[in-house]
Amino acid sequence: MPQGYVLLFLFMAIALAFVLALLLLAKILRPSSPFETKLEAYECGIKAVSDARGRYAVRYYIIAILFVIFDVETIFLFPWAVRYKVLGWFGVAEVAVFLGILIVGYIWAYKKGALEWV
Amino acid sequence: MPASYIPPWEDLLRVLPEIVLTVGGTIAMVLEPLLRPEKKRRLGWLALAALLVALWATAVAHVFAGPAFRAMIIVDGFATFFRALVIVVGALAVLCSLNYLERERADSGEYYALVLFSVVGQCLMAASNELIMIFIGLEISSISTYVLAGYLRDDVRNNESAIKYFLLGSFATAFLLYGIAWIYGLTGSTDLSEIRRVLANPELAPAGALVGVSAALMFVGFAFKVSAAPFQIWTPDVYQGAPAPVTAFMSAGPKAAAFAIFLRVYMTAFEPVASRWEPVVWLSALATMLVGNFAALVQNNLKRLLAYSSIAHAGYVMVAVTAHSEIGTAAAMFYLVAYAFMNVGAFAVVTHFARERERYVNVDDLAGLAQRQPVTAALFALFLLSLIGIPLTGGFFGKFYIFKAALEANLYWLTGIGLLNSALAAYYYLRIIVVMYFHEPGEAAATLAPPAPALKVALWSSAVATLVLGVFPSLVLDFAGKSATLAR
Repeated sequence: MPQGYVLLFLFMAIALAFVLALLLLAKILRPSSPFETKLEAYECGIKAVSDARGRYAVRYYIIAILFVIFDVETIFLFPWAVRYKVLGWFGVAEVAVFLGILIVGYIWAYKKGALEWV
Repeated sequence: MPASYIPPWEDLLRVLPEIVLTVGGTIAMVLEPLLRPEKKRRLGWLALAALLVALWATAVAHVFAGPAFRAMIIVDGFATFFRALVIVVGALAVLCSLNYLERERADSGEYYALVLFSVVGQCLMAASNELIMIFIGLEISSISTYVLAGYLRDDVRNNESAIKYFLLGSFATAFLLYGIAWIYGLTGSTDLSEIRRVLANPELAPAGALVGVSAALMFVGFAFKVSAAPFQIWTPDVYQGAPAPVTAFMSAGPKAAAFAIFLRVYMTAFEPVASRWEPVVWLSALATMLVGNFAALVQNNLKRLLAYSSIAHAGYVMVAVTAHSEIGTAAAMFYLVAYAFMNVGAFAVVTHFARERERYVNVDDLAGLAQRQPVTAALFALFLLSLIGIPLTGGFFGKFYIFKAALEANLYWLTGIGLLNSALAAYYYLRIIVVMYFHEPGEAAATLAPPAPALKVALWSSAVATLVLGVFPSLVLDFAGKSATLAR
């Protein structure tokens, strides 16, 4: 094993030990007096009415998927923008194909009513 | 390496089938919400047209045979062979689906788009010569198939099938990807020829055990996709739950494509370490044949029975892989063609017989089919005889070449057990024939309408192909033999 790794592992071990020691120290030193109001999610403010793992509209899920698609689209555009001059017309054509496919997806989602909030 | 890489024009011709299919699928998808419901049936014909054009494009690509996109894609005989096979399977599946979807009142646009996209992935798998391309092709094919398996959203069985397939399938693909990461770490390349070069060179080759880990991880992924034991558990549940035409499709197309990448990776990249993986594949072939055939003996649901039979057939192909020789590869290729036609044909009969909501899918329901519809029964019997491996059918020569290749590779035990398995399999196939021909017609057979024209085309073309493969096997075998020499 290269020598550099020994140092790395030593570093990791010390970091871990440091964190654990501090947490332990805090636990020993701090006073502990839990009561009901203190354990609530919001000690002051709105009263919690139910569990956080409730049901919510499945529509958020569709919106999230659509968001991811167009988010990823933007990510793919950045490298092309950086190499724009080198790639020239070939790059433009490739990006046009890529965007074309995404636009088709957009039209499909729109026509299917995925963007409507009922 | 140049700062920017612009592929030559011929490279685009080499992926012409994929381009045609992608365009076809995209058009089908965008037309789907634009067309009026009564016109949606035409999208099926559009998909069929796209598949036929893609078949022509495969021939065009073969004229320009060679590596493309920095050898990530390679168009050779092997690629052309499997591309043509998966496209034909896709076309047969579309023919089976036309009436099925109308019967189930399912929107049809996305269905055909998904079939086309799945075939794109399979074509890509057939032609890829690089692990990342293999992975991408496999994912394109698999994700479309996951959705297809659950296409009838209101059906509980469809949902079960899709969820099981998706969860287990993604898990298996993760193993494959991990294996790819290992071999990349060990050899510094994902190119199959380059990996082979490194592994074959005693000075460069990494420790054998590490290569073994990589090969084993990738084996998990491949074995899952071809449903080889011990990774076959998903097959019966998924095949039973999915719509019948989808089952026809995924038992032939994705399986053939998965065998294509399996063969390519193990015959090129991992060929130098063959002695290491041979025992594993040997054992898996043995277990796959036994599990498939023994479990099929006690099935009463036709789709489940055919699912176990498809596991058993994967086992026979694994025997050919174990032989790891050129004639073994050619035998596997021939077998996959024969298997595709007879299996799609059998599932086409099931599609026809099942009726709405797939009410009649038990073996007993077939009682007396021969009296009511002699032609359908005769075609089904032909497919079943071919699955047994009776001479004059494609299944016979498929098995014959595989066991011949196995014997030449000195796999005597495996050949013997394989032959015994074929005899065992005859029982459950013949049982269906007996029920069809010698039992009094029941309610299910009595109420059966004649098959629709599109389904008839699918049935007859599968039957003709099965017979042609059984009488003139050299038509396909010669091409398979020539293509079995993989690029190194």
